[in-house]
Amino acid sequence: MAVLELTNISKHFSAIQAVNDVSLVLEAGQVVGLMGDNGAGKSTLVKMIAGNFRPSHGTMQMDGRELILHRPVEARQHGIEIVHQDLALCNNLTAAANVFLRRELRFGVGPLKVLDYKAMYRRAGEIFKELKSETRPRDLVKQMSGGQRQAVAIARTMLSEAKIVLMDEPTAAISVRQVAEVLNLIRHLRDRGIAVVLISHRMPDVFDVADRVIVMRRGRKVADKPIVASSPEEVTGLITGAIEQV
Amino acid sequence: MRPTLSATTKNLYNITRNVTFVAIIALGMTIVIITGGIDLSVGSVLCLCSMVLAVVMNAGYSIEVGIAASVGTALLVGAFNGVLIAYLGFPPFVVTLGMLSIARSLAMVASNNTVVFQFGPDHDALLALGGGAWFFGIANPVLYMIVLALLTGFVLRWTRFGRYVFAIGGNEHATTLTGVPVRRIKVAVYMISALSAGIAGIIQTGWLGAVTTNIGAGMELQVIAAAVIGGANLAGGVGTASGALIGAALIEVIRNSLGLLGINAFWQGTFIGGAIVLAVLFDRIRNFRQSE
Repeated sequence: MAVLELTNISKHFSAIQAVNDVSLVLEAGQVVGLMGDNGAGKSTLVKMIAGNFRPSHGTMQMDGRELILHRPVEARQHGIEIVHQDLALCNNLTAAANVFLRRELRFGVGPLKVLDYKAMYRRAGEIFKELKSETRPRDLVKQMSGGQRQAVAIARTMLSEAKIVLMDEPTAAISVRQVAEVLNLIRHLRDRGIAVVLISHRMPDVFDVADRVIVMRRGRKVADKPIVASSPEEVTGLITGAIEQV
Repeated sequence: MRPTLSATTKNLYNITRNVTFVAIIALGMTIVIITGGIDLSVGSVLCLCSMVLAVVMNAGYSIEVGIAASVGTALLVGAFNGVLIAYLGFPPFVVTLGMLSIARSLAMVASNNTVVFQFGPDHDALLALGGGAWFFGIANPVLYMIVLALLTGFVLRWTRFGRYVFAIGGNEHATTLTGVPVRRIKVAVYMISALSAGIAGIIQTGWLGAVTTNIGAGMELQVIAAAVIGGANLAGGVGTASGALIGAALIEVIRNSLGLLGINAFWQGTFIGGAIVLAVLFDRIRNFRQSE
């Protein structure tokens, strides 16, 4: 089932054509690996879906209706969540506080509301359990491993009923051992019927977890095929330009 | 000469009252420091707010009008600081350093650099407000300090605003990305800091019974020292209301003990400065252990 449909999307920053006439469809419960060299337009494309940029040309459709986003918060309201490359966590706060940042649970009457620590710890604990992560809700983020931090960042997206989760290099800054943990988190998202877009430079990760691979080069989409029908060699060729297009 | 017991009880009373003004402002300062900012203008803002109160009451207005004018001045000054810092991206150090100079100068303008010690028809009410002891013989400033500390502690721990204050200090960029209104919160934080200075100014005016244009001079350093000794981290993200109180008390205790022990007053700065360095040292050691 198509969740999001991009038709002839382009984005230019004055003279620079960052994304050029890209069309693609995101399906529910599918992981799409988005690959390409630096400056190929991956991040720009994802930022348009996340509401950071508006496309210069082309349209986006969600569930059959045109989607126009002015700000990231609007994307979130439509169920589009982004996990940032730098994770965007507050080190001095607990895991639960980070998960609930800006969506705190409170109790009280009328305007007199106080933070509901108990409920937030419990709910965060449930999410981590669901993600099969060992992250504890009361731990401070600064004491956590890279994999646990990813779990916190991903748990944020699971608070709301996200339909699309965009992940920018989630395995870039963590140890090899923790990569498997993060890839498992991605599989859990997929199994919940979420459409996942995984930007990554790491070929093994994409071939491990993605159902489909999209390759971009110089702002254009040069490949979009099931992962089983491709190979790391082919993708490398597409990224560098040794293979023009498939 | 050794201090006698009666001198000690009386002295304790003195200490608690002296602590309060620094402690009340340290509460506001702690919130600013948690966001990763700093407010150097508090001493001058205290002076300006005291002077506005004094001049307004001296002109024959009631104490309510005087306090409203004083609190209004504080909020205006804080909003000015906050808007420059949050919306125009000025460094807090520079903005509040400028305000340090501006506020004291305005206090001189307002009073023509004279001492005000007559507060119009509500003169006695003002003196009772600051100098009285309405409950159980506890000096009023101490009561205000306790109430404000409880309020600050509550806000920091139990409200969304408090949570965002810590989040901004931890990672401002990340907090912005989640959609927290970071800039509005930063403006509010500087308004709270100025307000705490204003409140301390009002109480101090009632307590002293006179306002000069040099009250609160250099006070910002004592206040920042109190916050830091109390555990607030100048890098942001850490601090408590109780810490601000303890820090302020500790400074006063050090100063007072030096006096009682008959140590030359010139040594005060060395001991207080040493306490600041020591507090930060303990913080470093704790962080070092955590990262091990």
